[in-house]
Amino acid sequence: MPDGTKMSSSEKHSKIKDFFSTVAGLTNFGMLFLKNVFIPPIEFAEIKKHMYELGVKTLPIISVTGFIIGLVLAMQSQPVMVRFGAEAFLPGMVSLSVVRELGPVLTALIFAGRVSSGIGSEIASMRVTEQIDAMEVSAIDPFKFLIETRVLACIFMLPLLTMYAIFLALFGSFVAILLTQNMALQYYVNSVVQAINFTDLIPGILKTFFFGFIVGIVGAYKGFNAENGTVGVGEASTSSVVISSLLILMADMVLVKITVLLWG
Amino acid sequence: MGLNVRVENLSKRFGDKIVLDNLSLEVTNGQNVVVFGRSGTGKSVLLKCIVKLLKPDIGTVLIDNKNINLLSNKQLNDLRKKIGFLFQSAALYDSMTVKENLRFPLVRNFNYSTAELEAKIITALKQVDLTDALNKMPSELSGGMKKRIGLARAIITEPELILYDEPTTGLDPITSKEISQLIVNLKKNLNATSIIVTHDLICGQTVADRAIVLNEGKIYFEGSINSLLKSNDVFLKKFFSMEINEIQTGT
Repeated sequence: MPDGTKMSSSEKHSKIKDFFSTVAGLTNFGMLFLKNVFIPPIEFAEIKKHMYELGVKTLPIISVTGFIIGLVLAMQSQPVMVRFGAEAFLPGMVSLSVVRELGPVLTALIFAGRVSSGIGSEIASMRVTEQIDAMEVSAIDPFKFLIETRVLACIFMLPLLTMYAIFLALFGSFVAILLTQNMALQYYVNSVVQAINFTDLIPGILKTFFFGFIVGIVGAYKGFNAENGTVGVGEASTSSVVISSLLILMADMVLVKITVLLWG
Repeated sequence: MGLNVRVENLSKRFGDKIVLDNLSLEVTNGQNVVVFGRSGTGKSVLLKCIVKLLKPDIGTVLIDNKNINLLSNKQLNDLRKKIGFLFQSAALYDSMTVKENLRFPLVRNFNYSTAELEAKIITALKQVDLTDALNKMPSELSGGMKKRIGLARAIITEPELILYDEPTTGLDPITSKEISQLIVNLKKNLNATSIIVTHDLICGQTVADRAIVLNEGKIYFEGSINSLLKSNDVFLKKFFSMEINEIQTGT
């Protein structure tokens, strides 16, 4: 058998092994978080600091994304709705799409891109420069101080960012409608309020708590287990985004199914 | 009073490489033991096994006659509060200022008043002659300054056992001498037990009560620093003549 084939076979094995060890490690890490998160001390000051660092500093990119999603969605849907004489339903259609699916999922993906990689690279850098070891040897629990605080900040901030993104997307869609037809703000708001009800809004927001958990725990896991110096830092940063984005989409499928089963 | 350390039949391997091979060692209360050895002979791994940053494959570590593998997390942390560790890279928290770096282990583990905290921080910085660095970030410090702040952080809690991983590497000869003298003073003032991993023969000569040479994960030599330097063993002669040569050529 040629050498090249041997290599690719061993690489395949190594990749499969890596995949399963990541799944197992991530599951253990998540379970450890759930087991320890309610045990004092709770690092309120650190959580608050990370809510600002991870959440508030993500506002600019979320603002632009939210506004453009609403604007583009309305612009693209309008010709079709006009063709069927259903332009009056445009605010309702856009708001349902944004509230149920686009707002939560796109906000979570943008959040994963910025925050998960940030957590991954920051903690990985602390790992390879022995800062985590220094913390441990000083009798300070790095899991509690570094991991739990960041994951909790993600869980708290993503739902707030999602609501903000939804609001801006609805504003963006109003701007798009206003550019092509006369529609009073009052009429637009009434249409949106009539179109959305509890079963649309609550599941959409609730699932962002899960997405926040995914973003935080994946970044923290990859960073905490980084090795091989600066190469490991880069690898932790990249793989955090890839894995958390994939998990967000997979979790969304499951959560949508659960939502449909519960609320129809 | 310093803590005694006993390492029994310690073995540690990484992949195929055996780093520590059935190593046993005892350091009595208040003793300064210097560990010499070529790079990759397991000196830093030994220190990390002593504080359970690494788990040995086989063997036990007893600190203050307590087997650290049998301690609960709380008991281990209580023990670690009595230990200071100077990392080779200093390992300063780079998101914190020097003051916050020094304050961190104190506020987390002890109940000092604000005035006491300030006093301890200033005293620790005076010991390493870096009071000017109080509000600087680690990124603003040179390698030598980082090492000295790392040392200040290791000793600020007045530990009973101090582990030094290459305390003088990367420092100029004057600062190296000052750090070596500081290690001697700490022994006098705190009566702390110290294990010092180093390549620096001058540092070793200044601080050692006892010297150990590691080779291929085993203790090759154990005795006083004078008997080490006078030894006719070929390996030791070669190792230390290279060290002396490095000192003389300034590399």
